Amino acid sequence: MKILTANRLTDGEAVWFSAAGLWAETIDGADAVADKDGEARLEAIGRRAYDDNEVVDVNLIDVNVVGGVIQPLRLREVIRAAGPTNRLDLGKQARSTANAAA
Amino acid sequence: MYRYDEFDHDFVKARVADFSDQVERRLAGEITEDQFRPLRLMNGVYLQLHAYMLRIAVPYGTLSSKQMRMLGHIARKYDKGYGHFTTRQNIQFNWPALSDIPAILADLASVEMHAIQTSGNCIRNVTADHFAGAAADEVADPRPYAEILRQWSSVHPEFSYLPRKFKIAVTGAERDRAAIQTHDIGLHLKKNDKGELGFAVYVGGGQGRTPMVGKKIRDFLPEEHLLSYTTAILRVYNLFGRRDNKYKARIKILVHETGVDEIARQVEAEWQALKDGELKLPEADVQAIQSYFAPPVLVSRPEGDEALKVARLDSRSFGEWLDQNVFTHRDPDYAAVTISLKGIGEAPGDATDSQMEAVADIAEQYGFDEIRVSHEQNLILPHVARADLKAVYDALVAIDLATANSNLISDIIACPGLDYCALANARSISVAQDISRRFASLERQRDVGELKLKISGCINACGHHHVGHIGILGVEKKGAELYQVTLGGSADEHTTVGEIIGRGFGPEEITDAIETIVDTYLQVRSGPAEKFLDAYRRVGPAPFKEALYASEAKAA
Repeated sequence: MKILTANRLTDGEAVWFSAAGLWAETIDGADAVADKDGEARLEAIGRRAYDDNEVVDVNLIDVNVVGGVIQPLRLREVIRAAGPTNRLDLGKQARSTANAAA
Repeated sequence: MYRYDEFDHDFVKARVADFSDQVERRLAGEITEDQFRPLRLMNGVYLQLHAYMLRIAVPYGTLSSKQMRMLGHIARKYDKGYGHFTTRQNIQFNWPALSDIPAILADLASVEMHAIQTSGNCIRNVTADHFAGAAADEVADPRPYAEILRQWSSVHPEFSYLPRKFKIAVTGAERDRAAIQTHDIGLHLKKNDKGELGFAVYVGGGQGRTPMVGKKIRDFLPEEHLLSYTTAILRVYNLFGRRDNKYKARIKILVHETGVDEIARQVEAEWQALKDGELKLPEADVQAIQSYFAPPVLVSRPEGDEALKVARLDSRSFGEWLDQNVFTHRDPDYAAVTISLKGIGEAPGDATDSQMEAVADIAEQYGFDEIRVSHEQNLILPHVARADLKAVYDALVAIDLATANSNLISDIIACPGLDYCALANARSISVAQDISRRFASLERQRDVGELKLKISGCINACGHHHVGHIGILGVEKKGAELYQVTLGGSADEHTTVGEIIGRGFGPEEITDAIETIVDTYLQVRSGPAEKFLDAYRRVGPAPFKEALYASEAKAA
């Protein structure tokens, strides 16, 4: 399956296009598509957001959806979705820790 | 240290204003990403995996306390409390918002710093021996020449759109600590028989996917011809360097394909037309720049030897730090200190905001206000009285920067790798951390002796793996990380590209493989005095291959 990802223009934050129709700061809830039509739809959304100067570096990436959890295939995208593996206090992974702690 | 004159101040201020306007227009949607991208790159702003990255130039690796303090301030105010010192003697911040970058650049300009030409196909930050001006073995401080090159190359109209990026390094000592033979141009400042200063000139060195050792095209170029000769090289490259293929666009490929003799001939022909023109350096100008780099007044501090003798008896760890991280100064009462940014299990080259501020304080109190960044991703205090070394050590212990591992196996160069970099194929930092932890025992590291281990997370080789005594290159194979090992590389005056030893190793195997290599060295060395590199050069790869792969060969 594929999902749409980019970096937000203003601050570079990695974002994913969600099923709710928004650019979300976490990968959970990304709009995952399984066919060419779905890919074309996401690509069009990405192009528009790029043209509207919302995001940059727009890409469709490969994922597996296992038990409702989105898992990128490439380690690069796993790290993008979580944060640096040597700094668990940084990136998206830090938010889930912070949330769990709260 | 060099101080900006009015022209420098106005130039940097104007650039900050230009880029601030460009950022504003980009955020307002008035310019597209395609239009903006080259502009942001010219100002050191990259887009990486998690965020933007800002690369700030540290000319020839020299910083004042005030500048270091500003880097700490930027880390705290605009980033996530740390910065990463790089193999180009620069610093990178990993998390700045684009909207904050104009403010960061204004803060930098207030301490005579900027991010100009830290990206793009131009002449990048000129690097130099990190012990310049302090080392006992140098003929002269190479930094005035690096500064002359910086001034000449800054927004040079002819050389701002080269076929590819261009890196120059300068050293003033026979013992090359600036890796000059891995640069597009390497300059070795030396004296001729008459005692005059000049340069041995190397061209066409480089790493990346096609590593090449620089070729010497001139043994002695009188100092006044530095700019005319460099211009001649750049002109030949600008004319004939390949623009059709990004991977073949560096001058190393031109030198390789054209042949060093023919390149030298072309450079010579170009130079003949330039050498007596306006680029010839007037002696007064050279002296004016040199005066900025006048060494601090080093008062006699003969009490150091006795103080160290006593302190050494008192603290074994201080003694180990003295043995490992203190370098001979040209003044016997003084020393140059390496502040290791390679704490056991830490990310190579990273320093926190408070560490940066504390180093600034230490440099101010004990080090004549001077700090260097080394291409090996450590910090240096170039001038410390030997009598003050214990106080400096104690202050470094307090900020966790007293690891006594300079030039040992845990003093690893590593690029940011896949944890941060958009170009990387594999992680570097995690590999460095694992190896560092495996060899945590200082006793064991010292038994192994000098060993330069360098790790890159992709073939672009920012982690200098080609010239590591042990080099590790991370690649992606079938969606997983794989680490290829090279042995026998070096980045000194006998620069050598390492040889691939065999099949690569998975992330869970690579530390074991490195340990096997080190154990094999310990078995084959003629004695503790024979360093890893010397032993490898003597025995070759066979025993290492045997140790790494023999069991699987038998199984097959």
